[in-house]
Amino acid sequence: MKKSIAIIAAAVLAMGALTACGSSAEETTAAATEAASTAAEAEAETEAAAEETEAAEEISGAVATDGSTSMESVIGILGESFMQENPDVTFTYNPTGSGSGITAVQEGRCDIGLSSRALKDEETEAGLKGETLCLDGIAMIVNPENPVADLSIDQIAKIYTGEITNWSEVGGNDEEIVLIGREAGSGTRDGFESITGTEDLCQYRQELTSTGDVITTVSQNPAAIGYASLASVSDQVKTLTVDGVEPTEDTVRDGSYTIQRPFVMVTVDGQALSAQAQAFYDYAMSSEVADLIAQAGAVAIH
Amino acid sequence: MNRHKVETVVHGIFLVMGLITIACVLMITIYLIIAGIPAIREIGLIDFLFGTEWASTAADPRFGILPFILTSIYGTAGAILIGVPIGFMTAVFTAKVAPFKVRMIIEEAVSLLAGIPSVVYGLVGMLVLVPGIRKLFDIPDGASLLAAIVVLAIMILPSIINVSLTALEAVPKEYEEASLALGATEIETYFRVSVPAAKSGIAAAVVLGVGRAIGEAMAVMMVSGNAPNMPDSIFQSVRFLTTAVASEMSYSSGLQRQALFSIALVLFLFIMLINALLNSLMKHDKEG
Repeated sequence: MKKSIAIIAAAVLAMGALTACGSSAEETTAAATEAASTAAEAEAETEAAAEETEAAEEISGAVATDGSTSMESVIGILGESFMQENPDVTFTYNPTGSGSGITAVQEGRCDIGLSSRALKDEETEAGLKGETLCLDGIAMIVNPENPVADLSIDQIAKIYTGEITNWSEVGGNDEEIVLIGREAGSGTRDGFESITGTEDLCQYRQELTSTGDVITTVSQNPAAIGYASLASVSDQVKTLTVDGVEPTEDTVRDGSYTIQRPFVMVTVDGQALSAQAQAFYDYAMSSEVADLIAQAGAVAIH
Repeated sequence: MNRHKVETVVHGIFLVMGLITIACVLMITIYLIIAGIPAIREIGLIDFLFGTEWASTAADPRFGILPFILTSIYGTAGAILIGVPIGFMTAVFTAKVAPFKVRMIIEEAVSLLAGIPSVVYGLVGMLVLVPGIRKLFDIPDGASLLAAIVVLAIMILPSIINVSLTALEAVPKEYEEASLALGATEIETYFRVSVPAAKSGIAAAVVLGVGRAIGEAMAVMMVSGNAPNMPDSIFQSVRFLTTAVASEMSYSSGLQRQALFSIALVLFLFIMLINALLNSLMKHDKEG
């Protein structure tokens, strides 16, 4: 009898503890669901690829990539076509962010890390090797209602550091400029701030955690300005020209559009990849995928 | 003999199940403490808790989380201020006044409200509430502490309503009948007799609401703007304890990441405090 009371007490205790972390458990579930759906998509892709049996080489197994959310469209399209050519390969992409991707490849949790910024010195010193896959322009976006069409790099820097606070100072309406940016650590933010020389100086009104959120927010507010990967910009917002140069594939590749950054594939230096991962790496770096990369909105360089 | 054996085995299974849950809690607690302490040591407890500036990736990084702590407290207080009167009145109305059909509709609506994922609250907030606040108050941007408070107030309604409802229903019929027999009107009876009799249950509902509000991350992240400002005005873009962890975790490294764990530890202590309060209220309820 005493024993059963003890057990019931334990169960009650445990239930109390469960309620205690109810809300955080919800978050975890949400994250897990997201991961599951990504996995499911990847699986669906594999199945689709398996149906078209045009296998050329005998490669099988899994290729795991992990990293930058900005590289989603590029990596998605490369992975899909790679699996179509190699039906026995399962390709996965885990969109966690450049920092996480680099850590993941370092810890051996994935084959290839994806970073939307060049590796830092401390990362190359730690034995990592990065090779540029393609380039990405960072577009300056404003609300379609905004009459301003062109800004200079200098003006952009002044706007983001709070020296220019009203659109009328750069030829727009008399409205206070609302600065939208990305969270600390984001590859896009890092790229934008280092190119414009505004590191640690930006007076953001909003710091959002994804490119999609930035675009949505800018499309909702006529006085907003934001930055987003050129590949992801949609019709919801207006893209500005910078110093008179429109962000396009050509202007990014020849360097005349200055707000751009590299998309990097990260591996551990001196450590051989699995056959299938190496095949994907070579495939992604080859010139035959230039069209696919362009289709994803980035600028191929190989 | 055989029956006794089965009994023992079943007892064993239950015990293991219970232990698994307790082990989970212990593991999380221990991990948070181990992961959260180093950054606090490096930054210094006072600088960490009372520093007013957060610039985690700056060349000269600063890790002061007072803005986050204050925002979480203000945000939760605001949500309680708006949510509790609405939730409490709804509960009284549903438990005592509403006809059966209306009651069914309210209960349905409340359980639906409880089931809406927080990201949906965030999305609606982002697309409707934030532009609405911008236009209504004629400010440059609507993503603000106010938007977060409104979203949180709606999100805590179900917990407040459900727990108050249970407490109100547990009030013995005799109390109310006696009050009515003495000549009190129905409304007088509900507010002078039923509510005081259910007061510790209602207090528990409020504390539960506080717990829910302080732990919410997703919806808040989408409407509060996330700039690490001190919350000087309700129209300011602010960052909560939860969103401070969630927004920077994915790209973080080094001391920044450790500091995020320390924030999580602070948040965890807040939640523990609230839970302890809740437990003591519940206990009081049982004894009283």
